[in-house]
Amino acid sequence: MVVDSTPLRARRLSKSIAAPAGRIDILRSIDFELAPGEAVAILGASGSGKSTLLGLLAGLDDASDGEIELFGRELGRMDEDSRSLLRAGRVGFVFQSFQLLPGMTALENVMLPLELAGTAAPRRRAEEALEQVELARRIHHYPSQLSGGEQQRVAIARAFATRPELLFADEPTGSLDQATGGRISELMFRLRREIGAALLLVTHDAHLAQRCDRRLLLQGGVLEAA
Amino acid sequence: MTALRFALRLFRRDWRNGELRLLALALVLAVTAVSAVGFFTDRVGQAMELQAGEALAADLVLSSHNPLDPRYQRKAAELSLESAQTLAFPSAVLHDDRTRLVMVKAVSDNYPLRGELRTRDAPGAQERRATQAPTSGELWADARLFADLAVAVGDSLDLGEQRFRLAAVVSRDSGEASNMFRLGPSVLMNLADIPATGLVTPASRVHHRLLIAGAPGQVQAYRQWAEKNLDVGVKLNHLSNARPALRNALERGGRFLGLSALVAVLIASAAVALSSRRFVERQADASAILRCLGATRPLLVQVLLIRLLLLLLCASSIGLLLGHMGQLVLTEMVARWFTTELPPPGLYPLAIGVGTGLVTLLGFTLPPVLRLGSVPPLRVLRRDLEVAPVASWILALFAFAAMALLMLWQAGEAKLALLVMTGALASTALLLLTARLMVALLTPLRHHSNAIWRYGLAGLARNPALTSLQMAGFGLGILALLLLTLVRTDLLAAWERTIPDDAPNQFLINIQPQQVEPLHNFLQQKNAGQNAIYPMLRARLTQINSGAVSPQTYDDPDAQRLVAREFNLSYAKRMQSDNRILQGHWWSPAELDQALFSVEQSLARRLRIELGDRLVFDLAGTPIEGRVSSIRSVQWDSFQPNFFVIGTPGLLEKLPTSYITSFYLQPGRERLLSQLVQQFPSVTTIDVAALLQQVREIMARGAIAVEYVFLFTLFAGVLVLYAGIQASREHRRQESAILRTLGLKRRQLLFATMIEFLLLGVLAGALASACASLTGWAISDQLFALEYRFNPLLWLAGTLGGGIGIAVAGVAATWPLVIHPPLQTLRGG
Repeated sequence: MVVDSTPLRARRLSKSIAAPAGRIDILRSIDFELAPGEAVAILGASGSGKSTLLGLLAGLDDASDGEIELFGRELGRMDEDSRSLLRAGRVGFVFQSFQLLPGMTALENVMLPLELAGTAAPRRRAEEALEQVELARRIHHYPSQLSGGEQQRVAIARAFATRPELLFADEPTGSLDQATGGRISELMFRLRREIGAALLLVTHDAHLAQRCDRRLLLQGGVLEAA
Repeated sequence: MTALRFALRLFRRDWRNGELRLLALALVLAVTAVSAVGFFTDRVGQAMELQAGEALAADLVLSSHNPLDPRYQRKAAELSLESAQTLAFPSAVLHDDRTRLVMVKAVSDNYPLRGELRTRDAPGAQERRATQAPTSGELWADARLFADLAVAVGDSLDLGEQRFRLAAVVSRDSGEASNMFRLGPSVLMNLADIPATGLVTPASRVHHRLLIAGAPGQVQAYRQWAEKNLDVGVKLNHLSNARPALRNALERGGRFLGLSALVAVLIASAAVALSSRRFVERQADASAILRCLGATRPLLVQVLLIRLLLLLLCASSIGLLLGHMGQLVLTEMVARWFTTELPPPGLYPLAIGVGTGLVTLLGFTLPPVLRLGSVPPLRVLRRDLEVAPVASWILALFAFAAMALLMLWQAGEAKLALLVMTGALASTALLLLTARLMVALLTPLRHHSNAIWRYGLAGLARNPALTSLQMAGFGLGILALLLLTLVRTDLLAAWERTIPDDAPNQFLINIQPQQVEPLHNFLQQKNAGQNAIYPMLRARLTQINSGAVSPQTYDDPDAQRLVAREFNLSYAKRMQSDNRILQGHWWSPAELDQALFSVEQSLARRLRIELGDRLVFDLAGTPIEGRVSSIRSVQWDSFQPNFFVIGTPGLLEKLPTSYITSFYLQPGRERLLSQLVQQFPSVTTIDVAALLQQVREIMARGAIAVEYVFLFTLFAGVLVLYAGIQASREHRRQESAILRTLGLKRRQLLFATMIEFLLLGVLAGALASACASLTGWAISDQLFALEYRFNPLLWLAGTLGGGIGIAVAGVAATWPLVIHPPLQTLRGG
């Protein structure tokens, strides 16, 4: 028996929304595949539908048409809870606006996915992850007590703490200045290499996209090689 | 386990961050209000249960206002049961020139049959068990008399025509325990001394009791025999039916306080609803992140529910503690009305407190919290994705179910619960509708104002539903404040206006026919300005037309009580000036010898007596028959002697009778009473001034108790106000950041905010003033039949106070948002 190890695959993926002026097609029949350990960047102008595509591929939203397979399981046939369970521990996220829980410390934020995935010794693993992003001294700080770069490093620690097989990153340096953004992308790619995770990066930053194995351009709802 | 661990951690964070502070405060308030009343009523209830066993000083007690037939005592002897007798009546004791109204209890040598008598040699001295009842020539009195008359053991006291030696201080009298509420000190004497006092005559108002005790089987046999053979007017008391009136009064009082507390709970529920709305808004992001990271919907809902239950646990614990402290204040207010110390409260109030908290929390937060489970995880990418709002009818259904459950629980009966529920729903609907209307009416003003005012007015129209809710909440808070201050003062003033300054304050009863003239002369000589002396007969209604009358004839408990007892009749040629004929006519001189009755309207209504009916009364075995020729109204609060039934002189004047009169005793002329008691020892004086004072005190304390409970309502109103301001905080934060970025100065922004809250406060204050005026009118006119004067100050205080108060509170709450750097807000910091 051949085991399909492709972490992410999409076929004829479409997304439309109803608007007062009529139907708007955001994504049109997209085919896409991500190999294990591969890093793919999706580029596109603002409003081109990059984040929508990322949301669909991560199982955060429902497609209008087409199929998505995440770790060999078709998302369209799963309810939201099953998708959540599928993501737990195997998928990591890094967002432009960090998405840390403001009421929790850096350590608690990183512990969250570990506990949800039922990982043993979540505290120790979270401390290690924070150490890797050089925030060992700030583990008890709240997001509001951290700079933007530090918050993103916590988000990266949270994304990598479970040693995911697949990482989704949505404009990870979009909220940061160039120097901090450079350090953050360096950190993200280094950690990805260490654990061998596949990466789907959505960005409009061509320099960041250059670090990926493959670059695709989303334009007019269609995905093509950049 | 994961859910619990998460919930604990998140709850700890919520608590530290103050995320749940408002919700917790509202719950604490609800639990405190209900449990304070719960603890209090439980203690009073327990005191009654504990004392029931000793209250009778026997196993069975037969009581009547007439001497008891000797066959009752013979039957007890036949069944080898022990029996004792007591007589009780009000009278006055005299020491030097000082008099004091007392309750006299004359007892046979073997009293009490159950329980015990305990005495002291002096107030505060060592207590000891009395081995026998007072011997002849002795008076034992409770400590209050020693204090009131400044007497000591060994002093002499005059009671009627006899002088007694004050021999002991009574510290415990089992038979007296049933009199939990007392209006005067009691004295105990030997039954054998009664004839020498001359105080008891056939027409005297005396309570006769026969106490019976013995083996349970024999007691049961006696009870069965007595229930079949009781004479009319004789009551059989046993442990389970002791003091039903007091029991009912306390239960009703407890229920009233409970419902008052529930008003606080309902207003606090509005704060719960408002703060849970904010909680849900703020939790939406966290829930989306958790879902994105792999949390399932059931896990999310479990975590949220556990957090709410943890909140309930903490809030209930604090609320119960505060409630326990709060009941101490309530207990202190009524402690002196009880002869014994109240026992500590049981566990039931704890259940009531926690139950109320649970129902309030779930009823007002469950639907939006459950919705959080379905927050779209895509929200982590698109913050504009909101949690789907809960349908209004689901929210209303949950809130209604919670309110109905709480009402039914507190009121104890469906009818009362329905009544209060309807009132609460109607008021809320009216407040919300009026608030909505006011918001709609203000909107056109925006087109005729400058930018600052326009922004202020736009603030009101930003979310009409929330503004209406805020206005209703503010209105409720201001209403509670107005009712507690101005309306209450107006009502008390209206009540006091009904009692003239020279209203009679002394009543004289048990006046014998031969004493009428000398007493009249005595009062004339002393210039005591007395009223007419009225004849008074005690009789029981036995028949209306051809139908026999018994308590079973009526469903109304008050009617049953009226029929079961004897009541006071009188006869007169002319009608008293404070009476008014409603139907029929007062008898003409030609009708004075006919058999006619005039009946007071409330008695006629309760007993279904109509004009022209034939009534038969039984007066000590003599039937008296007459026709109802008029129905009268009586001004009972005039403090003049008045009667339910008055007959023609021809019908009643030949029957044995005593007389009653009243007069106004000016302050400083108390010596007159001593002279009166010395000259007419068998006449009983009742100092109504003291009674009135005590009634006033009881009313005042009762009012304070209700006010005290309503204070929780006030706190709840303030909480709603705060929750209302907090509810729009997030929107305000964003808006103020944008406006400041666009160039609006802080001062201008604060001014616009002040306009918004000022308008909100003025409108809410006007609404509250209207409701308070209406409530004041309804209470005084409909409930107490008092003339209510509209108080313009109420409107001034309501609108101006409301406007300024809420504007200041609103600006103070918005201040941190205005000074917050706008860039930080816009960047999501």
